[in-house]
Amino acid sequence: MIAGIALAIVQVVIVGAGAPLLVGALRTLKARLVGRRGPSPWQPYADFRKLLAKEAVVSTTTSWVFRATPYILVATLLVTALVVPVVTVRPPLTFAGNIILLVYLFMLGTFFLALAGLDAGSAFGGMGSSREVAVAALAEPTVIVAVFALALRADTIDLGRIVERFGGEPWLAANPAHLLAFAAFFIVMLAETGRLPVDNPATHLELTMIHEAMVLEYSGRHLALVEWASAMKLFLFMTLLANLFVPWGLTEPSGPVAVLRGLLALTGKLALLTIAVAVLETAVAKLRLFRVPELLAGSFALAFLSLMAVFLVR
Amino acid sequence: MTRLAYGSVILIGIAAAGLGGYGVAGGAGTLRLTWLVPLGGIELTLDPLGGLFLALIGLAVVPASVYALGYPDGDTGRFAYFVFVASMCVVPLAANTMTFLIAWELMSLASYFLVLRDRESRESIRAAWVYAVMTHAGLACLLAGMLLLGADVGSPRFADWRAAASALAPTTRDAAFVLLALGFAGKAGVIPLHVWLPLAHPAAPSHVSALMSGVMIKLGIYGLLRVSLDWLGVGPPWWGAALLIAGAASSVIGVLYALVEHDLKRLLAFHSIENIGIILLGIGSAALYRVAGLDALALLGLIAALYHTVNHAAFKALLFLGAGAVVHATGTRNMEAMGGLIKRMPWTAACFLIGSAAIAALPPLNGFVSEWLTFLALFQNMRLESVGQNLVFTLGIASLALTGGLAMACFVKAFGITFLALPRSDAAAGAHEASPPMRLAMLALAAACVALGLGPTLVVPVFGAVAAAVLRTAPQATGGDWLTLRVSGEFASLSTAAIAVVLAASFLVPLAALRLVGASRRTRGYETWGCGRIVQTARMEYTATAFANPFKRVFDFFYRPTKRLDIEFHPESRFFVERIEYENPTRSIFDDWLYRPALDLLHAGARAVGALQSGSANQYLAYILVALLLMLVLA
Repeated sequence: MIAGIALAIVQVVIVGAGAPLLVGALRTLKARLVGRRGPSPWQPYADFRKLLAKEAVVSTTTSWVFRATPYILVATLLVTALVVPVVTVRPPLTFAGNIILLVYLFMLGTFFLALAGLDAGSAFGGMGSSREVAVAALAEPTVIVAVFALALRADTIDLGRIVERFGGEPWLAANPAHLLAFAAFFIVMLAETGRLPVDNPATHLELTMIHEAMVLEYSGRHLALVEWASAMKLFLFMTLLANLFVPWGLTEPSGPVAVLRGLLALTGKLALLTIAVAVLETAVAKLRLFRVPELLAGSFALAFLSLMAVFLVR
Repeated sequence: MTRLAYGSVILIGIAAAGLGGYGVAGGAGTLRLTWLVPLGGIELTLDPLGGLFLALIGLAVVPASVYALGYPDGDTGRFAYFVFVASMCVVPLAANTMTFLIAWELMSLASYFLVLRDRESRESIRAAWVYAVMTHAGLACLLAGMLLLGADVGSPRFADWRAAASALAPTTRDAAFVLLALGFAGKAGVIPLHVWLPLAHPAAPSHVSALMSGVMIKLGIYGLLRVSLDWLGVGPPWWGAALLIAGAASSVIGVLYALVEHDLKRLLAFHSIENIGIILLGIGSAALYRVAGLDALALLGLIAALYHTVNHAAFKALLFLGAGAVVHATGTRNMEAMGGLIKRMPWTAACFLIGSAAIAALPPLNGFVSEWLTFLALFQNMRLESVGQNLVFTLGIASLALTGGLAMACFVKAFGITFLALPRSDAAAGAHEASPPMRLAMLALAAACVALGLGPTLVVPVFGAVAAAVLRTAPQATGGDWLTLRVSGEFASLSTAAIAVVLAASFLVPLAALRLVGASRRTRGYETWGCGRIVQTARMEYTATAFANPFKRVFDFFYRPTKRLDIEFHPESRFFVERIEYENPTRSIFDDWLYRPALDLLHAGARAVGALQSGSANQYLAYILVALLLMLVLA
């Protein structure tokens, strides 16, 4: 029990504290790739300090939904951090609902954030909300279906046990279903975390943006919380991708050594994945907004095919 | 008088809930009145499945009637309402064809009069007409199926069918299944027999819509359960596969229609189609697992279906009552004329938000629990041998996942456009909170949504017992302790109570963290940022149409939207626009490709037969003679 709570705290701290660094590193790397010096990887922490010192401006049009949403959003992501296998194969809240819970927790956050976008009554917020839910409504089912394809091969629905099974029997992954699921999951990761080619996290042109338009009304501590939550979402999605498809380095939480080894493995995997995302973001242009759903529908189709492939190729 | 009417209905509801609860707990009883009507007389039997549906009706009727007491137009249609509720209570108890069909038809007729409340409006008349046609087409199917079975078995009693089911010829069984399933699916609103539902539900008063959507269409589900799992015994696999595919289609198509619908009550009606689809996914999986001999999984599928049936009754009744309060306060069902109601109707808004989160299956509310169980039931199809069946299940999984995402999007629209931001019309600006009885009813249903969400460990064993009685197996398939629900041994577990506690604790983390790092606590109220314009008006807000537009584009092959844009320019200059008219309606593929051709065929047939009716008495006498001769020859 004590060990479980300690592990829960460690996992939350890793996700909560590590997420801004991941975002910062990604930005630095992207800047270097296009020949700029770019900000330090620690810049997001400085941004948070700045935001936290400022007063929050809240539109008088809004209701309690707008003010409660940053807290609800952070809460859903903190709970999600307990469901994903981050440094061990036994995440603390694994008994509470597994992959289905994970996806619906993400949806809970999106639901409130989209409502907050509508709450201020500006066209930008509504536009952002509409686009965000359109992306999420296609992306989140893909996560369930893609992970189900893996789960069927591993004969368990428990995320930690999937990682364990594929880590112990790597030949299970030698299957077209695995490849299709990986492709689907990768596209969804980019879409869900607002990266190129779906959304440009660096833009502030209202008509083209998705996530940034939705949170346009937030300022001060509220904005800090919302940004922290999106950083955590990116961290969790990349962790999930890394650990599900490169399942090595994670073990049972037998002691501090195991946790430390898991953390080292995670750092390595995330570093590689960060480089991959940075290179991709430098190489591709943003898609036209109404081509994005086509990309997502494609990724849903990939995930669906991978689920069918499990049965057709067994 | 109004109080007396609704008060007695409340008493009926309480009695039904009590009797139903007794049935669920294993109590049985039979009431037989053979002298009352011919063909076997009236016969009522209480069993666990009937008891569950009876209790569900009772528990939904009580809040709906309390609401009606505070509903300003509640004094019209009291008698029809009374008959409606009483006949609904008889349906799950009916034990033979005669009793069942009398109750079924009374229920349909009473609801027809409730739909036809406004006899002046063309819309209402059309809704009632379509409803009457669809429900009687369904009744014809039921009658044919029941007479076929009754003739073959030699008894109108359902218990005799059950006993004789395994000895029936396969063709008779299949024919009876198709006829009865069609009849019940029509009442449940399964695609493509759903056309009456989005017309009839909005036309009825809101407490009636809540009952029609919450429990009446569930009696269609009750019938489908009896047909696919009980009366006809263990059927061939294609029965289950057909139900699963129908469920997959209904869930996705229902939510797709709801997304582009901006009439609040019609939107909810389309969501009923979606949820009926989700329930069918559970029933279909139960039927398929049962054929394969996987009793534990069949039990799980049936538990998921029953749980979702109860959950849908709770949140859909809540949403319809909330919509009724909104419609009454603003005088319109059009979401584009609403907005800002969260400040004017805080109680209704809070209840509607809980209902929206529950129907969107967000944890830790009740919709999440039953969708989780349905996912688990569908997922374990790897235990089946047949690849064809596996692929059907895959379709079910994909459609359930897609439905979840789209339903979330749809309820962001439904709640956000209706309740948030600035009011879009004077009526919305002058809206008022619902009356105390209406609020009480909504709060009770919202509490039910939360309780059903947090207490699956208490509720699932009850459904398990009912499901085991239907499938005639030992009740297991789920286990665990008070905190955690375990499914299929160690395969998966769910604990919404733990999720709720951890969510609440995590909610405090940012609050504490902001204090700890000494964040600024100053807040300033200011107007919404708008690129420097002078004043913010409701016309600058995003509309429901605009909100749904991305979906219209993604699924344009399904919606087939047409666009019409009329711009009137100022006579002096084309730079000044006087008036813009924009229309972007979608077309229903079912109207165009199924009902229109069918109706045309019917008309053509009627005209051809009409040639017989010449108006000449001599010719008619000749017809009679020919008919008489034919009968003599054939006899």
